[in-house]
Amino acid sequence: MLTLLGVGVVVLGFLIRINPLLVIAAAAFVTGWAAGFGPVAILVAFGKAFNESRYVSLVFLVLPVIGLLERYGLQERARMLVARIPAATPGRLLVAYLALRQMFSAVGLVSIGGHAQMVRPLIAPMAEAAGEKRGAELSSGARFRIRAYAASADNVGVFFGEDVFIAIGSILLIKGFLEQSGVVVQPLELSLWAIPTALMALAIHGTRLLLLDRWLATQTAVVPSESSP
Amino acid sequence: MARDANRRRAVRKLAVIGLEEVYLFAGFVFAGFAVQSARDRSNPRRFGTAAFWGLFSTSFLLGSHLPDSANGALALALVLLGGFHALGKGGERTTSEAVRRASATEYGNALFVPALIIPATALLGTVALKNVAPGGMPFIDAKQATLISLALGVAIAWIVALLWLRPRLLAPLDEGRRLMDTIGWAAVLPQMLASLGAVFALAGVGRAVGLVFAHYIPFDHAFTAIAAYCIGMGVFTAIMGNAFAAFPVMTAAIGLPLIVHKFGGDPAIMGAIGMLSGFCGTLTTPMAANFNIVPAALLELPDRYAVIKAQLPTAILLLAANTILMYVLVFRFGAHHA
Repeated sequence: MLTLLGVGVVVLGFLIRINPLLVIAAAAFVTGWAAGFGPVAILVAFGKAFNESRYVSLVFLVLPVIGLLERYGLQERARMLVARIPAATPGRLLVAYLALRQMFSAVGLVSIGGHAQMVRPLIAPMAEAAGEKRGAELSSGARFRIRAYAASADNVGVFFGEDVFIAIGSILLIKGFLEQSGVVVQPLELSLWAIPTALMALAIHGTRLLLLDRWLATQTAVVPSESSP
Repeated sequence: MARDANRRRAVRKLAVIGLEEVYLFAGFVFAGFAVQSARDRSNPRRFGTAAFWGLFSTSFLLGSHLPDSANGALALALVLLGGFHALGKGGERTTSEAVRRASATEYGNALFVPALIIPATALLGTVALKNVAPGGMPFIDAKQATLISLALGVAIAWIVALLWLRPRLLAPLDEGRRLMDTIGWAAVLPQMLASLGAVFALAGVGRAVGLVFAHYIPFDHAFTAIAAYCIGMGVFTAIMGNAFAAFPVMTAAIGLPLIVHKFGGDPAIMGAIGMLSGFCGTLTTPMAANFNIVPAALLELPDRYAVIKAQLPTAILLLAANTILMYVLVFRFGAHHA
């Protein structure tokens, strides 16, 4: 049970907002110590895993291209595009993105989308522009909330779309683990039974995205009345 | 000697472009960030920033050849630099909003093309490039098709944008560095958390959590077992930051012995909905930094937890929905009932 001390360190560290990097290092050493490993053994295990998980950081490779295009007005162009669509609201736009992200992921195209490639340069500016169309300037609180919801649409879309595809890692993990335990299931069954949750995710998060419009309406209703003559 | 080394390389090399080549590309890009940061006098902590990205770059360029202890020391150095505020922000050598608006009007919707080259190449590579093998050697390592196609897409888009827009040659590196500086030390968080997960696994944290769940919760009714399994997947995933770590533990502790064997549920339905209950946990946790913390930095949100806050109600509602779905479906449907 002593090995759970490290989990406590993580929870406490995140709660009192100490720098997460320091929290992680402390948790690694506490956990290793509780399990009877020396500091060098812990450093070796940590270094090996750090090296093997470099692929997680490859997403930052897109930053120079995205940054360069931003220099030439990519975000502004995305805004102009939305400004021409009268029916666009932040909520509706994000529901459309959520549904598309889910559908693409469900057929295995997980790499279409993502925070660095799509959300920052295109989706978030589009949603903000849709919010600005109502005439009023967005308050910074409203702007930040729209951006956070844009990121959430990407996450919910990919998480609850990808398992509908039969060859995704998590499906193979479920099949592999059950097989080790003597239970044979087919990937197709697993992806089929991921569909009810996928639909629930679209319904729940889609509704919340549309409610964002309603929240924004209460926000913008206050701002212009203060500034109008 | 040289021939020996060549032969060893030939034996190891399975494709023209593998993950190692992608790491080299990334290493050079990050090295570019480091050099440009060191030269940037407007960054109050330019040498700390340069040291951070320089070490990060070293990990990509040489990590595969360094001993685990050296990689560990490198990771620890990144923790100390990032944890004790050695990183600063460079001066923004970018365009003003007015210039951007004029440029957006001038170039029009064609500006989207280079940005869309990246996902288009990723799509093409994953679907088609996997099977291209000129002269017998596969062009890309099929197991890493997604990551390699991403890097290829970046390279192509980079060249297209340079030729078309004709900026300063180093502008992409400076613009990339501008975005990287907004993320700062949080950029290494996902990798650090993956490493912590490995230490957790080594120390048997998963087994300990499984024991807590299996021993302290009464399971005399099928619904209790299903609720414990789904909520357990969510909570344990939030702790580990990864549903893949939670699934084997919770399924061995509750899923198989109780839901499948004792109460006769269908294992495919249990597994599918169980994993998705874990994904609800992923939506709620700073431990899943690449989904929740890095985007908050990338979108320049002042609250580090803003994305998690936007997702929390969805996660809770969906976890409840999953629990009910599993209870309704697992005993009635599926092909595996005894």
